Amino acid sequence: MRLAEFKDHQRELYYFHLRIGIAGAFVFAAFALLLVRFVYLQVVQYDYYHTKAEDNRISIVPIMPNRGLILDRNGIVLARNYSAYTLEISPGKVPNLEKTINELESVVEIRPSDRARFKRLMIEAKGADSLPIRTRLTDEEVAKFAVNRYRFPGVDIQARLFRQYPLSDQASHVTGYIGRINERDLERIDESDLAANYKGTDHIGKTGLEQSYENELHGVTGYEQVEVDSAGRGVRTLSRTSPTPGNNLVLTLDMKLQQVAEQAFGDNRGALVAIEPATGDILAFVSQPGFDPNLFVDGIDPASWDQLNNSPDRPMVDRALAGTYPPGSTFKPYMALAALELGKRTPQQTIFDPGYFNFGGHRFRDDKPGGHGTVDMYKSLVMSCDTYYYMLGNDLGIDNIARFIGQFGFGAKTGIDIDGEATGVLPSQEWKRKRFRRPDQQKWYAGETISVGIGQGYNAYTPLQLAQAIATLANNGVMYRPHLVNYIENIRSGERTLVEPKLERTIALKPANLEFIKRALAGVNIEGTGARAFAKAEYTSGGKTGTAQVVAMKQNEKYNEKHVTERHRDHALFIAFAPLESPKIALAVVVENAGFGARAAAPIARQVLDYYLLGKSADQPAPEIAGDDGDD
Amino acid sequence: MIRTLWLRFTDAIDPPLFALTFALLVLGMITLASAANDTPARISTQAVNILVALAVMWAVAQLQPQTLMRFALPAYALGLALLIGVALFGDVVNGARRWLNLGVTRIQPSEIMKIAMPLMLAWYFHKHETALRLREYFVASLLLLVPVMLIARQPDLGTALLVAAAGFYVIFLAGLSWKILVGLVLAGGASLPFLWSLMHDYQRRRILTLLDPTSDPLGAGYHIIQSVIAVGSGGIAGKGWLRGTQAHLEFIPERSTDFIFAVFSEEFGLIGNCLLLLLYLLLIARGLAIAANAPTFFTRLLAGAVTLTFFTYAFVNMGMVSGILPVVGVPLPLVSFGGTALVTLFLGIGILMSIHRHRKLVQT
Repeated sequence: MRLAEFKDHQRELYYFHLRIGIAGAFVFAAFALLLVRFVYLQVVQYDYYHTKAEDNRISIVPIMPNRGLILDRNGIVLARNYSAYTLEISPGKVPNLEKTINELESVVEIRPSDRARFKRLMIEAKGADSLPIRTRLTDEEVAKFAVNRYRFPGVDIQARLFRQYPLSDQASHVTGYIGRINERDLERIDESDLAANYKGTDHIGKTGLEQSYENELHGVTGYEQVEVDSAGRGVRTLSRTSPTPGNNLVLTLDMKLQQVAEQAFGDNRGALVAIEPATGDILAFVSQPGFDPNLFVDGIDPASWDQLNNSPDRPMVDRALAGTYPPGSTFKPYMALAALELGKRTPQQTIFDPGYFNFGGHRFRDDKPGGHGTVDMYKSLVMSCDTYYYMLGNDLGIDNIARFIGQFGFGAKTGIDIDGEATGVLPSQEWKRKRFRRPDQQKWYAGETISVGIGQGYNAYTPLQLAQAIATLANNGVMYRPHLVNYIENIRSGERTLVEPKLERTIALKPANLEFIKRALAGVNIEGTGARAFAKAEYTSGGKTGTAQVVAMKQNEKYNEKHVTERHRDHALFIAFAPLESPKIALAVVVENAGFGARAAAPIARQVLDYYLLGKSADQPAPEIAGDDGDD
Repeated sequence: MIRTLWLRFTDAIDPPLFALTFALLVLGMITLASAANDTPARISTQAVNILVALAVMWAVAQLQPQTLMRFALPAYALGLALLIGVALFGDVVNGARRWLNLGVTRIQPSEIMKIAMPLMLAWYFHKHETALRLREYFVASLLLLVPVMLIARQPDLGTALLVAAAGFYVIFLAGLSWKILVGLVLAGGASLPFLWSLMHDYQRRRILTLLDPTSDPLGAGYHIIQSVIAVGSGGIAGKGWLRGTQAHLEFIPERSTDFIFAVFSEEFGLIGNCLLLLLYLLLIARGLAIAANAPTFFTRLLAGAVTLTFFTYAFVNMGMVSGILPVVGVPLPLVSFGGTALVTLFLGIGILMSIHRHRKLVQT
């Protein structure tokens, strides 16, 4: 009995030990499994997790380079940077944006417009690391947020550089503006392999020089390796590569001259381009009205945008670059030169002007009722006789006109160093064939050449083209490509890269013919249509008035300014260069819907030339000259 | 004289067991010093916890196993009563009803069950030692399941798991037939969908997150992803003490409590992990040896179950931190910050020491 009990006990113990052994084996197996897992994570996958931990820990923070400045030829600042604090949110690190913004509101003021702008930025700048909810924080606001910072992971204050255009709307179309990088910009950046350089950059040039010289202005982005905690806050800096600031642009523009020119326009709409004939340097580049580029830097608010966009004055259109106008009578000097060069007229040859020219059953009227009588070439330019050029146009034929006058750059992009240039229209048989689809439209009618002869018809050119043409004429047929940037300055090394005057072409012209045309243009300002505007000028100059029809007049209908709505009135034009012997400046002026060129455009030209050549500044809009109707 | 006193004082202490637990405590404090370097108060608090726990261990080690046996039924009954109390009147903290407010202090009755459960079951099997039939196993299962269900419903999956494991170990060591065991495993597998339907959303999410942590990298998966990165980036030799970037840049959640192993693993690498595994393995081996040599059925079962509970803690915690088990609130034994768990664990150590000390006594 005792033995049995003992045996029983032994057996029971044996079973228990077996179970303990099994449990021990299980423990061992489970720990072996853990060991395998550790080896897998810490040896096999070590590189992967090491990288992951480093990615967690190290944040590559791009350091934005300072954008280059834009200065005029005398050092007047058109675009600069200033530093200000912004309150920025990293959307990826904030789980509930709405809630965070609501809570932020108790610390710093957040206006509804800030919210609206932030929302739009969220959509526009997808994937941006951090977006501003507030800009230009006061020191007090900065301090207040700093105290509460711990409450807002993913929200931080940043010192940012902001672009500023201190001259506001002056030369606004030249400088253009920068704005937030949008998806289209991003695509372009990716395509151009500049993606790395635009890490951390929020803004990019959108128009004007800011856009066309973006690569010079932007600079090279630097990097900082920062150790960050799980909330994304920097703990310490590990290494730093400094950014290279963008280059400065020093322009050919003379801002004083620009200001005089803009002022001369008063409330008129229009454009003026002034060029140094010997170099192609653009001295003034006016498109009125302008706009305030500062509005665009932080994203324009919808109300201002609507106002700019829907204004009938269309301030966003760069008229000098993209506006096309019939040249009107400013076309005549080139017609006359063509006639001389192609042997179709001599200076002495006269015509009789009865006040009209009949062609193909159609009567082309001269502005002067009754006509100019006997007219030679000199008189045709000085008095701006239409009949002379109706006939001349007919004699030259459209293709001769296009071929000869095209050499002066009409109807072709000048290649100026800002984008958005319009081509304009230099009419020819070929142009019409390409322009229209229907065969009857494609055909050139001889009657159409008649209006082309006086700068009307299909003619349409940009003020820049008109300025380049007169500059080329003033420079005896030597044409330089117009440019706005004088040199690019590396502010680190001080090195200047000059924009060399680029010779576009030299038009073969007989000196005698040139001489004659210039003398006639001088006559315009002495005894002709420009004489009143240039009365008592203390320098010699050549000029030509022009009036461009906005609406076609019916047969026998007399243009009467008072019966035409303001927007349908003629454009006033004037081209000029001075001094006569060695021209330092050539310009073209277009004043929209201002009537006769002699009256509205020539006085503007006079003020610009007075300032440029004599340093005289009128400081007021150019006076309108009450001209005799019909001399233009 | 002093020598005699010291001998009497240390009489009940099992040197190997104590050396192993002490080594783990040292590792724990070193790791805590790094993990809690922004909350230094935790280090001194943990030191106090350790002293209290050691005192508990010493006191328990003095007891006779018979005395422990006498505690079994009352402890279990009290634990069960308190669990029912929690279910009815418990305080809700962080969405779980785990605490019972006794006016003076708040207690977490589920903690009592971690010891009371193996105690009770070991006592029960001991009482029926001579006639163990299916009925006894069934009753034991019932004794196990009722409190486990109550704890799981709080919900506190981690503790429920530990209590269930402790009870299961007793049943297993008591000789539950393999047929039933296999049958239970199969039945358990089959009832998984049913269990799934009983689970709370956050529990389901934890399991789903374990299967694919990247599905929710900023939410529930974040903890697992970051702790696995910490472990993996530790490499073979670790980043060095106080130099864990995941730990010190606050990427690891709960880094001085449930996720302290991530800190340890990041700073001491595979070598540290092997050392830790070895210490636990030796501790468990020592515990199982004590169980094997225990004199009575009760002490054998109790020692075995207590030892294996240690294993459960260690395995579940390390498995969770290294991303092979779902996230449940189980601390790393003797390393994680926290007084309650430490006291419970040392209660177990004390029991083992008591059993070992009285192994030679004749069965009553």
